[in-house]
Amino acid sequence: MLNTGLYIISILSFIVGIFFLAVATIGLLRLPDVYNRLHATTKCDTLGAGLVLLSLALQSELAVAIRLALLIIFIVITNPTAAHVIARAAYSTGITPIIGRSEPDDRSAD
Amino acid sequence: MIFEQILDYTYTIGAILVMLMIFFSMIRALVGPTAPDRVVAINIITTYTLIIITLIARIYEQVYFLDIAMVYALMGFITTIGVAKYLQKGALD
Repeated sequence: MLNTGLYIISILSFIVGIFFLAVATIGLLRLPDVYNRLHATTKCDTLGAGLVLLSLALQSELAVAIRLALLIIFIVITNPTAAHVIARAAYSTGITPIIGRSEPDDRSAD
Repeated sequence: MIFEQILDYTYTIGAILVMLMIFFSMIRALVGPTAPDRVVAINIITTYTLIIITLIARIYEQVYFLDIAMVYALMGFITTIGVAKYLQKGALD
């Protein structure tokens, strides 16, 4: 049987992971630009998914934990790569980033 | 044991919350003013779906759902790379 501390660490990790996923969704909805949305979603999403999968892996047997660790490694490698490719595509299609405190409608004046 | 029941309820509620996050992200995928906004939203929906698949694998105690989650992560990554390349170059070569 698992001990009590492992369960408590697992529940805490899961709750913190769900919190970071909610922060990623709020950032995706509220921020004004493509680059700001990428900035919010990529990091919060990677950390939240890693914490949720860690919470699942802490209380499972070894074969399941190895697969979950492979999933964590895969997410940590591919999620920033996808964000980099999206940002490069957005910049090369002519979307200029917001610089300073200007509103999104004032970008054409730059 | 009491902790296993608490974990089962926690994972069920967490799966429902992640499903609500998918709905709110789909708003950005529908509204989003430019094409890269939609790509960002679909990328994050892929990660949320992967989390839901692993939570369902824990709730129903089916181990082979994790392999499906791994294949889904691969397909989402390749989709994102392909759409971004298409936006950048105008062709998939």
